[in-house]
Amino acid sequence: MTHLSIGIAYIFLAPLVGGLLMGVDRIVSARMQRRVGPPLLQPFYDVAKLLQKDTIIVNRLQNPALVCHLVFMIATGFLFFEGSDILLIIFLLTLSAVFLVLAAYASSSPFSHAGAERELILMTAYEPMVLLMLVGFYKVIDSFSFYTIVESGKPLILYLPGIFIGFLYILTMKFRKSPFDISISEHAHQELVSGLTSDFSGRSIALVNIARWYEDVFLLGLVYLFFSFNVLGGIAAVLLTYLFEILIDNTFARFKWEAALRSAWIVALVLGGGNLVILYAFMGV
Amino acid sequence: MSYFKKSPWLLHYDGSSCNGCDIEVLACLTPLYDIERFGIINTGNPKHADILLITGGVNEQNADIIKNLYDQMPDPKVVVAVGICATSGGVFAECYNILGGIDKVIPVDVYVMGCAARPEAIIDGVVKALSILEEKYTTMKQEKVA
Repeated sequence: MTHLSIGIAYIFLAPLVGGLLMGVDRIVSARMQRRVGPPLLQPFYDVAKLLQKDTIIVNRLQNPALVCHLVFMIATGFLFFEGSDILLIIFLLTLSAVFLVLAAYASSSPFSHAGAERELILMTAYEPMVLLMLVGFYKVIDSFSFYTIVESGKPLILYLPGIFIGFLYILTMKFRKSPFDISISEHAHQELVSGLTSDFSGRSIALVNIARWYEDVFLLGLVYLFFSFNVLGGIAAVLLTYLFEILIDNTFARFKWEAALRSAWIVALVLGGGNLVILYAFMGV
Repeated sequence: MSYFKKSPWLLHYDGSSCNGCDIEVLACLTPLYDIERFGIINTGNPKHADILLITGGVNEQNADIIKNLYDQMPDPKVVVAVGICATSGGVFAECYNILGGIDKVIPVDVYVMGCAARPEAIIDGVVKALSILEEKYTTMKQEKVA
């Protein structure tokens, strides 16, 4: 199979995989709280319903911004699995996130604005760690391409354990899990109601949900890179990572934004930076 | 085919009441009743909600708030009045500032009896509301075509 066809497969399969993962997430979370939980296909039912519901659009910017959010998210994952430069892909990911924030700022709702502000804070919190991770990849493999990293057969996790733990830390922000679900939360009654998505309705929320499925699969693809020396082991590691995130989600209370920002930067500096210093000391500059 | 029956999202508002029904609504979320089994989510946001669940009566001050919440919900939508106060004002009906039940300000689709309404009755009422939601969706679609 060529790399291009894997990229195209991502476009069609990622929403299925992402939706199923979210269904598993909701069931596992429910079981952790001693509840039965919704059916496995619930995320798909939700999106199907949202598509049938009336959509109230508050102004002209809102919907185009959300469509751009989804399109750039799909482009991010497509180029990643197609084997393009990961550096470029991270820029695309950021662009996609910026469109989501713009859509939230389009409304006049104070909840929406507070959510958008917090999303920007989260972006500043996770971005340094992402960049340190890329520096780590390049130092070990000398490449920014998915397939060069996979084909090199090097166990990245052994070279970059600190960076991996740092990445897990910010992954919680990207997955919008507690303790970092300060901008959007699907859980009942947070202090911001629905934060960023407060003024979206019907098809608009469906777009956000679908973009999230694409994003989850892309992020798990990044996790896979650390374990790419072994296909089965890599997939197992990815699933374990996802379960770990669900566990964290159910055992932590929400952080304030100061704590989120400060802790993410400290983790990036100590674990990410420390890992790089050791790498440079042993492998030469 | 409509998916409203599989994924109804709730908005819960408590008007003038003793908060008894309010607590019973929250009891529906607990492991014992677990309404998420039916795909129901308590959204707390009118723009995401399909069902407006109101406990307690209407008074002079919250009448506008209830109207506003109802208007902010995208179609199709249903209203469930939970408990005797939401139905008629209950023991507060004679108070000087009470207007009465929820149907004094917005159209109500399902009335759930009880003081306080039991979680089983509330879930029953919501399930009943789902078929009305489905009907409303069908008429909405026909109107759009016409």
